[in-house]
Parts: sequence; structure tokens; C-alpha cells
Amino acid sequence: MVDVILLTAKLAAVSTVLLLLLGTPLAWWLAHSRAWIKEGVAAVVALPLVLPPTVLGFYLLVAMAPDGPIQTVFGPLGLKPLAFTFSGLVVGSVVFSLPFVVNPIRNAFEAAGERPLEAAATLRAAPLDAFFTVALPLASPGLLTGAILGFAHTVGEFGVVLMIGGNIPGETKVLSMAILDYVETLQWAEAHALSALMLGFSFCVILTMTLIEKRLRRRLR
Amino acid sequence: MIEAAFSGGFGGFALDIAFAAPEQGITALFGPSGCGKTTTLRCVAGLERLPGRLAFGGEIWQDTGVFLPPHKRPVGYVFQEASLFPHLSVTGNLRYGLRRAADRGVAFDEVVDLLGLARLLERAPARLSGGERQRVAIGRALLSQPRLLLMDEPLAALDRDSKDEILPYLERLHDVLAIPVLYVSHDLAEVERLADHLVLLEAGRVRAAGPLAALIADPDLPLARRAGVAAVLEGRVVAVDAEFGLARVAVAGGELLAPEAAGPVGARRRLRVKAEDVSLCRVRPEATSILNVLPARVVGILEGEGKQATVLLGLGEAGDGARLLARISARSRASLALRTGDPVFAQIKGVALA
Repeated sequence: MVDVILLTAKLAAVSTVLLLLLGTPLAWWLAHSRAWIKEGVAAVVALPLVLPPTVLGFYLLVAMAPDGPIQTVFGPLGLKPLAFTFSGLVVGSVVFSLPFVVNPIRNAFEAAGERPLEAAATLRAAPLDAFFTVALPLASPGLLTGAILGFAHTVGEFGVVLMIGGNIPGETKVLSMAILDYVETLQWAEAHALSALMLGFSFCVILTMTLIEKRLRRRLR
Repeated sequence: MIEAAFSGGFGGFALDIAFAAPEQGITALFGPSGCGKTTTLRCVAGLERLPGRLAFGGEIWQDTGVFLPPHKRPVGYVFQEASLFPHLSVTGNLRYGLRRAADRGVAFDEVVDLLGLARLLERAPARLSGGERQRVAIGRALLSQPRLLLMDEPLAALDRDSKDEILPYLERLHDVLAIPVLYVSHDLAEVERLADHLVLLEAGRVRAAGPLAALIADPDLPLARRAGVAAVLEGRVVAVDAEFGLARVAVAGGELLAPEAAGPVGARRRLRVKAEDVSLCRVRPEATSILNVLPARVVGILEGEGKQATVLLGLGEAGDGARLLARISARSRASLALRTGDPVFAQIKGVALA
């Protein structure tokens, strides 16, 4: 049971780091670009909010298949098939949780507005300098919300994992899958333990997030 | 010289502006709301980009194919709302520009001292009053070592008390620092107190540009007709009368008694005389409580709104001295039968130091 928890935590941690690295520039572009294509991209990013996870998982599975598009392009470069691997789960989690990370960060960038960046520019800060010293600190409540939502969402995901994971112990067997296994094999005590753990974890995440965010916002007002 | 020329459309608003401002003193961009003064200032900072040309002291900041980005222009910018960084303390805000500046001509302690910021250094911007915030913003801009300071209505968002709190600091800046300032304002009284030069804007165009005193008293411009207008006179203190708390200030074409605060003998001073505070007599009034009665000559009469007229005066017997404005009723004008060229005596009820 411990290895399941550790694997889940590892998946969530890796996914969250990637989500922040990918989501922050994307959120920045969505907040500041005037390109017409922007809202189209935003809609694509938001798709996992409304799509059934199994639909998303199905397409991911098709894309990751040994004869799928990802393999066709990157296979010759030495990429091994992603389906039913940990890496594949990471890719799936990132796609699935992207809107939960991008939206709060985008909102934070938009709420801060152009003015602090203009002030930074007139104080000799080059755009990248201003991004790290002004835009990111001002968006920190949004970044935190995004990180926690991304982490928690990855921990709790089921549908995508079901489709592309394959339930391989130590590789793709995460919490939500383990609970299903326990229930199906009538191991109620174990199912109870894991479920209670998830419940407690979720509560703590939401409480911590709310408290820290409140504090950050008070500081930035 | 600061030479600026911008023209272009801006969401249904057309700007077509060209002016030159000297590289010293305060140049006010003055005009009603929506005349394009803020856009002009943003173009000078590089925050807005309109086709045009901009040169500062011979350096080209913008021209065809040239556009220096804002962070490479040696300007300091004070926004209407202080726009401090909320995640940094007052010190953090002040040092933000200082850290990135190439040279260190303006020292941290000097600015803290000049703007009275010592008490505020550790505070968060959220815990400052509006006036304090704007002082920090001015200090932050100064510490970025600008060669040109741009101020966009820095007092407009403040209440009367905060305004009165900041104005003396701005006047000190003017006296102490040699940095030229472009100052956007729609408040004529503010401009009369601070500015040396004036660029008068109207509907996206430059109506007139030149020294402040001359433009205010120019009969062809709308300034002299405005309610609350004051003539601006440059003078020098020639004597101080401590017993009555008065200073004698020589201006072109006469001498005025001003409050003793005008300073020691020899000090250069700007005096403001409101048009409403000046009345006219055909003969020299005797036994009056009015301190300042000066011979002058009518050099022009402007029809005003309603039953009022503004009389443009030149000080001195010949009328070739400094310009003064007098706001009189239409009835007084008729009973005195005033005409251009007439000699009169100007009774001045109040003289303010600017």
C-alpha cells in the first residue's frame, strides 16, 4: 500500500512541476497576447474541464499507441512507446490538469494588469527582469492555487489513468486504481484506509490553500 | 532640447502633436481631460507607440525605424496613481530603480531626506496614505537616476490636504534638482505654482507653447479668461521689513510687497497675483489698506463670460513691465470707460508666493 501512495505522490509531484513550467508561460501568453487565436487556444486548454476523462484518455491512448502519431514522430529519435508507462501517465496528467493550473495563473496575471509592468519598465527593468521580479510575485496567489489544484487533481484522477495506465504495480498503479482493486476484491479495510487517506488529504489541501492564499492576498493588497 | 512629434490615431482619437521643451525646469503639458496629454507623455516614455520622432538632448529615442524600449530610456515616470509594487516595502520600491540604474548621481539618503520618507521606509505600500504613496513614487522615480522626469497628474488622485502636503516637496525638487520635468496637468493653479514653460494642448493638437508667464497673459489664448487665473511674475527680493513681516520684491516695471517668507535679500521668487484680486483706479487711491498700488497701463481688454471682463495690464508708467491680469465687472469697465493704452493704478489685494 505504501508503494502505491509513494507512486501517486511522485506522479503528482512530477506533473505539478511540469504543469507550472508549461502553464505559467502559457497563462502569461493568454493574459497578454492580442492574437486572435488566443481564445481558441484557451478553449483547447479548457477542454478537460468538460470532456469525460475516459474520452480524453481514449484519445491519449490512441496518440500514444506504438503506431500512433507520437511514436511516428518521436520513435525514430529513440522515444519508447508511452502507453502503460509512468511517463505516459505524466503526459496524461499534465494534459488533464492543465486548465486547473493555467486558469488561476492567467487570472492572477490579468488582475495585476499592465501598470506594475509599465512601472518596472520605467525603472529600467527589462521585460524578463520585470516578469521575475514583479509579475511572478504579484501572481503568487494564483501560482499557488494552480500548483495545489494541479497536484490534488493529479492525485485524484481516475478516468485517464484507467485508459492509459494499465494498472502496473510500481509503474502505473496509483491510489485511485488501488482503491478500485481493493473494492473489486472485497478488501474493504484497505479500501477504507486509502479512501480515508484521500479524504483527509483533500481536506487539508483545500484548507491550506485557502489559508495561504488569504495571507498572500492580504500582503499584496 | 526635448523635441517631440507624434501623430496617429488611437481608438477614434487623433493625436497630432509637435513641441520642443527646454532641458531644464518644469514644462507643463496643460489642457482639458481627453486632449491627449497623457498619451503624449506615455509616448515620450515609450509606453505607447505612435508614429513620430523623439529626441532628447540630441539622442534619438524614436524615429523612422528607431524605437528605444521604455526600460532603455533614462526617464523617471510618476503615474497618477502611485503604482507602487505591493509586494515590496517602501525601501524595496525605492531601491528597485536604483539597483538597475547605471550611475548613482542621486543618492538614496538624499531622496529620503528631500521627500521626508525616513519614517516610512519599512512600511508596506498598503499601509501608506495617498500622499505618502505618491511621495514614495516620486522618490522611486528619482532614484532610477532619470535624465528626464515625467509626471502624469501626480496630484490629481489626491484630496486637497494631500495635495497641499506634496506641492512643497515638488517645489523643493524644482529648486534642488537639475532634472528637467514634463508635467501633465489639467489644474491651472498647480501649473502656475510649478511650471516654467507651458505646452497648451487642445483636442490632440498643440495650441501654443512658451514661457508660462507669457502664455498666461496672452490675449489670444483662453488662459487669461479662465476663472481663478493668476498672473505669474518673476522677481527678486530687494528688501525685508521684519517689523511688518513683509518683503519688497522687484519685478519688471515695479515693486511689490510680498510675505516675508519670500526670503532673504537677493532671492529669486515667483509671485502669483490672481486676476480676481486686482482692482483698477483712474487716480491713485489715497489712505487705502491695500499694500500694493502700482501704476500700469491697459494693454488689452478681453471680453469674458457673463458680465465680466479681463483687463490685461503692463506694469509701469509706460506699461512695458510684467503682465498683470485684472478681473472687473462689465459695469466697472463702462463707468471707468477703459480703453487700451489708458494709464491706471492697479490695486493688488493679495500676492502669493509660488
